[in-house]
Amino acid sequence: MTENPPLLSRVADSVFWMARYIERAENVARFIGVNLNLQLDLPMEPAQQWQPLIDTSGDTEEFKKRFGEASQASVIEFLTYDAANPNSIASCIRLARENARSVRETISSEMWTQVNSMYLEMQMQRRMPDPGQLPEVFRAIRMGCHLFQGITDATMSHNEPWHFVRMGRKLERADKTSRILDVKYFILLPSARVVGTPYDDIHWSAVLKSVSGFGMYRKKHGRISPRDIVDFLIMDRDFPRSIRFCIHSADESLHAITGSPRGSYFYPSEQVMGLLRAELDFTPVDNILNGGLHEYLDSLQEKMNTVDKGISNDFVTRLPVGAAAGAHAD
Amino acid sequence: MRFDSYQTQGFQDEMFDADGVVRPEARLLLDTIESLEDGQLIRCQQAAERLLLQMGITFNVYGDSAGAERIFPFDLIPRIVRAEEWAWMERGLKQRIHALNLFIDDIYHDQKILKDKIIPEEVIYSATFYRPQCAGINPPRGIWCHITGTDLVRHGDGNIYVLEDNLRVPSGVSYVLENRDLMKRTFPQVFEGSRVRPVDDYPSNLLEMLESIAPPGAADKPSVVLLTPGMYNSAYFEHSFLAQQMGIQLVEGRDLVVQDDIVWMRTTKGLRKVDVIYRRIDDDFMDPLAFRKDSLLGVPGLVDAYRAGKVALANAPGNGVADDKVVYAYVPDMIRYYLGEDAILFNVPTFLCWREKDRQHVLQNLDKLVVKSANEAGGYGMLVGPHSTAEQRQEFAGRITANPRNYIAQPTLALSRVPTLVDDHFEGRHVDLRPYILYGKDIKVLPGGLTRVALRKGSLVVNSSQGGGSKDTWVLAANGGEA
Repeated sequence: MTENPPLLSRVADSVFWMARYIERAENVARFIGVNLNLQLDLPMEPAQQWQPLIDTSGDTEEFKKRFGEASQASVIEFLTYDAANPNSIASCIRLARENARSVRETISSEMWTQVNSMYLEMQMQRRMPDPGQLPEVFRAIRMGCHLFQGITDATMSHNEPWHFVRMGRKLERADKTSRILDVKYFILLPSARVVGTPYDDIHWSAVLKSVSGFGMYRKKHGRISPRDIVDFLIMDRDFPRSIRFCIHSADESLHAITGSPRGSYFYPSEQVMGLLRAELDFTPVDNILNGGLHEYLDSLQEKMNTVDKGISNDFVTRLPVGAAAGAHAD
Repeated sequence: MRFDSYQTQGFQDEMFDADGVVRPEARLLLDTIESLEDGQLIRCQQAAERLLLQMGITFNVYGDSAGAERIFPFDLIPRIVRAEEWAWMERGLKQRIHALNLFIDDIYHDQKILKDKIIPEEVIYSATFYRPQCAGINPPRGIWCHITGTDLVRHGDGNIYVLEDNLRVPSGVSYVLENRDLMKRTFPQVFEGSRVRPVDDYPSNLLEMLESIAPPGAADKPSVVLLTPGMYNSAYFEHSFLAQQMGIQLVEGRDLVVQDDIVWMRTTKGLRKVDVIYRRIDDDFMDPLAFRKDSLLGVPGLVDAYRAGKVALANAPGNGVADDKVVYAYVPDMIRYYLGEDAILFNVPTFLCWREKDRQHVLQNLDKLVVKSANEAGGYGMLVGPHSTAEQRQEFAGRITANPRNYIAQPTLALSRVPTLVDDHFEGRHVDLRPYILYGKDIKVLPGGLTRVALRKGSLVVNSSQGGGSKDTWVLAANGGEA
C-alpha cells in the first residue's frame, strides 16, 4: 500500500480556509435570502428587520461607523458587495479563490474551476442588482457554494487535505448556526405579545429557514416550539447544520488527520474538540434554557475559538522545534 | 472562412510558400478550416478565450495592481513543423545543450576553455550571472541545465536561428500543454488525420528527469518538490500546473527549512526530508545566505545543502553564465571545442560592443540593427533599430559607449509569420518557437514547443508582457512513425 504524501502546513491552512470562506458566503447569502422573503410576510421597520443580520455577522460596530442606520440597501451592500468588509460575500468568495489558487495542485481542477467561476461572476456583478432580482442573486450564490461542496466531495480524494476542508466547513457552519440562533432568540423571546400568534410562527420558521432546517424540523418535531427549535439546532444528531452534528464531523476529520482513535487524544486540539463533542452529546436542552441560551451560546463560541486555535497550533504554526531530531524522514 | 485574400507580403510564412501556395503539410488544415460554416471559427476562438478565463490560465502583470491577472491570448491557427525539419532541429538542440552543459561544468571547474583562449576570461568574470560561489560544485550526473527553453526563429532567408538559450528558469511549457488541450476541446475536427505528435508526456518526462538527479542516499522514490516564489509571481499558474501534473508538492520558501545541510518541508506531521527541488526562483532569491541578503523568498542554507550534495537543484545555480548574450556569441566555438563538431543550428551573427571595431559598426548602424542588453529578458532593454526614433537611438548610443560590455547588436531578423485570426479574417503575424529540452539520463526534446506570436500588427516582439500571444505547435509524425 502506498502511503499518502505528506501535507504541507501552509496547504492545510489554505484548504481549511478555502472551505470556511465558501461556507461563510453560503450562510450570508441564505440569511439575506430568508430575510428578503420574511419581509413579504411581516412588514417591519427596516432597521428592526435588517439590523439582526449585521449582528449575526459580528460586524455591528464596523457597520454602524460606515453606514449608520440599517436599511435593506445598506445591509445588502455591506454583506454582499462591500470589498472593505472582509466578511462580505464578495470578500469571502475572493478569499476562497485566493486560497484555492495557492493550492491548485492539491485540490481537483473541477473545484478550482467552480470557485473561479463564482469569483468571475461576482466580479461582473459588483453593483447592486434591481430589487426584483435579489432573491435570484442570492439563490444563485447559495447554489454555487453547494455545487462547490458537492464537487469537492465527489472529485477530491477523501484523504488528509479533504479532512481539513471538511473540518473548515463544519466549524464554520457550527459557528454560523450558533450565531443566527443567538441573534434571533434574543430578539424573539422578549416579544411576549406575539407569542402564540401567527407572527410568532413566521418568525421561528424564519430561524429554521435561515439554516435550511424548516422541513427537517417539521418532520421531527411537528409544531413550532422555541424549546424544540433550540434542541434541533444545537443538539440534533442527524440534522447537518445542528451544532452537534457539525462538531461530530469535525471531530471525525480531526481524528482521521491525526490517526489517534476517537475518544482519545494525542494533540491538544483533539482534547478541546473532544470536550466540546462530549458536552453536546450529554447536555440536556432544558439545562441550556434554564441557564440562559445566550450565555450558553457565548460559552460555545468561546470553545469553538479554542478549537480553531488548537488546530492552527497543532498543524500550521507549530515551528520545527529542536532541529531535525524530532523529524521523520522517510 | 477562407484564405483567398491572405497575403504573405514578402515574409517567410509557415503555412504558405513564396508564391502563396499552401505548403503540403498545411493542406489538410487549410481544407478543414475552409470547410467550416461561416462564423464557426470565430465561435471556437471565443469559446477558447472563455475557457482560458474559467480555467484561470492567467499570468500576473508586474506593476499592475496586486493580483491583477490576464489571460495569455491564444490563437486557434496552429503552427506546423514538418517531421524532417523537426528531426533536424531536435538534433541541433541536443548538440547545443550537450555543449553548453560541458561549458558550464568547465567554467566552474578547470576553465580549460578560458585557458585555451577560446573565450576571453574577462567576458566570463564580468557576466552578470556568473556565480563564483558555484566553483567546484559537482551537481548530480554533472548536469547544470536540466530544463532549457531555447528560442528559435525563422529568418527571411528561410533558415532557423537560435535567438536565446534561456538556461536559467525558462517558463511557458504549461501553455504548450494547455494550448493543445484547448485546441482539442474547442476545435477537435482539425486533428482528424493530421498526425500531430502528442505533447502530454512532458510532465512524466520532467518528473523522471527530476527523480534521476536525486542525491545518493535518497529513497527509491525520492521526494521531489517545486519551489515557487508564490502566488503573485507572473508564472504562478505554470508552477501550480506542473506540480499538479507531476503530483508533487508545490512549496514556497517559507515551507522549507535547512538543518545540518538537510532540506526539510514543514508538514502537518512535522518535518519531511526533501531530495530534489525543481526551483522556479532565480539564483539571487534562492538563499539569502548565499546570494541576495534581502531576499524574503528564499531558504537560508539551501546552497550549503546543495553544495554538500544533500539536495539536488534543477536548474543548477550558476548556469545563467551561458545566458549572457556575449557568451551566446561563442556557442558555435564551444560546440567545436567540446564536441569537435560544427553547430547544427545557426547562431544569429552578433556584434560584441566591447570590441572596438564591432562597436564602431554598431554605432554607425543603429537604425538597421537590434541592440540588446547582455542580461535582460522579456523584451526589455532592447532597441529595434528600424522601428526606433532618433531620440531612442541617441539614448542607446550613450548607453553602449558608457558600458560596451553590456551590449550586443544583431541584424534585424524578419521573423516568419503564421496566419492569425484578426476580427473576421486572417492576417500574418510574426512568431518564434521555444522548444523545451530536458537533460537527465539522456537529453529529451518535447516535440514542438511554445509558438509565441506578436499579435500587434507589424510587431516583432512576442513577449507576453508586450502584446504577445501563443499558438499550438504541431510537429507532424514522420511517415511510418508514431502519430
